[in-house]
Amino acid sequence: MKFNKLAISTPDELIFGKALYPVTTRRGLVIGGGSVIPELNFTLPPMSINAQTLPEIHNHYREIVTDATERARRLHAPGVIFEFETLLEMTQTPSIGIDLVKMMNDICEDNYQKYGFKSEIRLTPNDLREFDRPPLCRTSKYLDAMWELFDKGSQAGGDLLSIESTGGKEIHDEALMMCDIKACMFALSVLGVRDMKMLWSNIVAIAKKNNRIAGGDTACGFGNTAMVLAERQFIPTVFAAVIRAITAVRTLVAIEEGAVGPDKDCGYEGPFLKAITGTPISMEGKTSACAHFSPLGNIAACCADLWSNESVQNVKLLSGKAPTVYMEQLEYDARLMNTALKSGGSTATTLQHLFAASDQALDPQAIVLAPKNVIAISEEIVKGGNYVDASVRAAQKALNIIEEAHKSGELLLPEVELPWIEMLRDSLSEIPTDESKFVEEMLPTLEGKFIPSEYGL
Amino acid sequence: MNQELLQKLSECVEFGKINLASPYPPTMKGQPGADEYTKQALEAGATPREILDELVAAMGKVGQKFSENKIFVPQMLLSAKAMSAAMVHLKPYFASGAVQRKGTFIIGTVFGDLHDIGKNLVAMMVEGAGWEVIDLGIDVKIEKFVEAVQQHPDAVLAISALLTTTMINIKPVIEAVKAASPSTKIIVGGAPLSSEFAASIGADAYGKTPQDDIVWLDTLIA
Repeated sequence: MKFNKLAISTPDELIFGKALYPVTTRRGLVIGGGSVIPELNFTLPPMSINAQTLPEIHNHYREIVTDATERARRLHAPGVIFEFETLLEMTQTPSIGIDLVKMMNDICEDNYQKYGFKSEIRLTPNDLREFDRPPLCRTSKYLDAMWELFDKGSQAGGDLLSIESTGGKEIHDEALMMCDIKACMFALSVLGVRDMKMLWSNIVAIAKKNNRIAGGDTACGFGNTAMVLAERQFIPTVFAAVIRAITAVRTLVAIEEGAVGPDKDCGYEGPFLKAITGTPISMEGKTSACAHFSPLGNIAACCADLWSNESVQNVKLLSGKAPTVYMEQLEYDARLMNTALKSGGSTATTLQHLFAASDQALDPQAIVLAPKNVIAISEEIVKGGNYVDASVRAAQKALNIIEEAHKSGELLLPEVELPWIEMLRDSLSEIPTDESKFVEEMLPTLEGKFIPSEYGL
Repeated sequence: MNQELLQKLSECVEFGKINLASPYPPTMKGQPGADEYTKQALEAGATPREILDELVAAMGKVGQKFSENKIFVPQMLLSAKAMSAAMVHLKPYFASGAVQRKGTFIIGTVFGDLHDIGKNLVAMMVEGAGWEVIDLGIDVKIEKFVEAVQQHPDAVLAISALLTTTMINIKPVIEAVKAASPSTKIIVGGAPLSSEFAASIGADAYGKTPQDDIVWLDTLIA
């Protein structure tokens, strides 16, 4: 592992709006350079995507970016990042995605030229490889389309590049439902890590070639699936919290391969990445309730550099279209954080403490994201001799934090959750710290469920 | 004797004890599981019908505990696995017609959509409730749905979607299935769906939770 010490080692320094290594976009937005910037995410209302509906699709995206930009300007926002996360058909046929990037980037440029308003497009092609079951991570026919969209989409104006990659998900989905921590660990820290290395070495090369920013990944399909399942009380919240800690190791690989941040908004593992690497991060909290529920509404803001809403459909609300509404909500959140930063003294850290304190007593998934616990878990990660070791350490530390907080009365934990702490600890203790031994042990139990050669195994 | 064995079998399913080798639940470690007790019950003269009734009742208790948030999905899955271990011994009786399931339940994620966690959960719970389940998988094309209902004309069909851009794909599936097999009952589910949407696309029912599906299925055979 590349990182063996923390870039940010105190909770107060792990704060919103400030990263050790800010990133500057081509229109001059400085992410992590002292202020929080809104990142607006959006999608289409229910509709088909085909040749006949393409004009309507363009109208939707044009309206979203135009109206949200106008609202952001009226609110004196410092700028905005628009995340364009492509839908299936837009990646399968890259020209669709590329044309949409170009159209939206033209609006950004127009606003920059006319008003000096800084906005950028984050281009996030969706990971198509899941269409094959089990997926062909390295030899998939879908990879060509994904690379083309990354390359030509960034040339068309996508300034930040991201992906929500899915390597290892074919094992992780089932393991989540069984709360099988060993299989989850294998999916994330063996398969996920290997897939991330392959993907991100390529994405970073494309970003360099086109003079764009290799942002980062997210373990959304892993950590957020766990969070949503826990929210529906399908799996214990303790389990979801431990998964969150493990995902940090896997998503860190993007930065090891040359990504510079900000990572993708739905990666709630971002705070660990920021502590370890000093890169800026994007986070989503209460303003992502339009897309999914979470117990992390306030605490997610503790060290956000971009503040996002995950995704909202372009539908009409009383005040206006939903993306414009969310633009306003994001900007008010960002404005409050930026006012705290400008106020000096301990104002910003007080706000950070309030963000943490308002959530952390109510859910183990929140308590592991409290800045002091992010630092403690990150310290364990950088001690790891390899990705598996680092992941086990992160998981064990998360469990200890949860247990201690429960015992001291700082964390509310339902009775039905308590046995899982010991069960998880037992399972974690059985995982060999020697990665090759772990792989050797797991392979026979997962036969036929994934293709080892697609992960270089 | 039979009653005692059936009681033990019921406990194995309720608490997820699959077989002797299964380490879960820790309190039943080293004890026989659903596999062994089913075999013993049959040998002792219990009828397949009695055994099946016991299994379905035990799974009913599991579903109830899950609905009341007293257990999580992994515990329910272990119960389902315990039930499956028992069902292996009943398979010949199903083949001969000595016992029958409640019906056939076909399920699939609509074309364009790769999400299957919710679908799998529904399939598992419906199977545990005594139905034969045919899982068509993910990204299922219209033709495959139609073919499945034509092969199983008495089956109930369930279609799932997780995305706003794929939920609309359910409508042409329903239209094609109803055209090919007008009497087929169809239930739909998935995060972005609603009962209003289900009604608007011609579905017979909407299942917000797996338990909703089971309750609705029971009304069909009542």
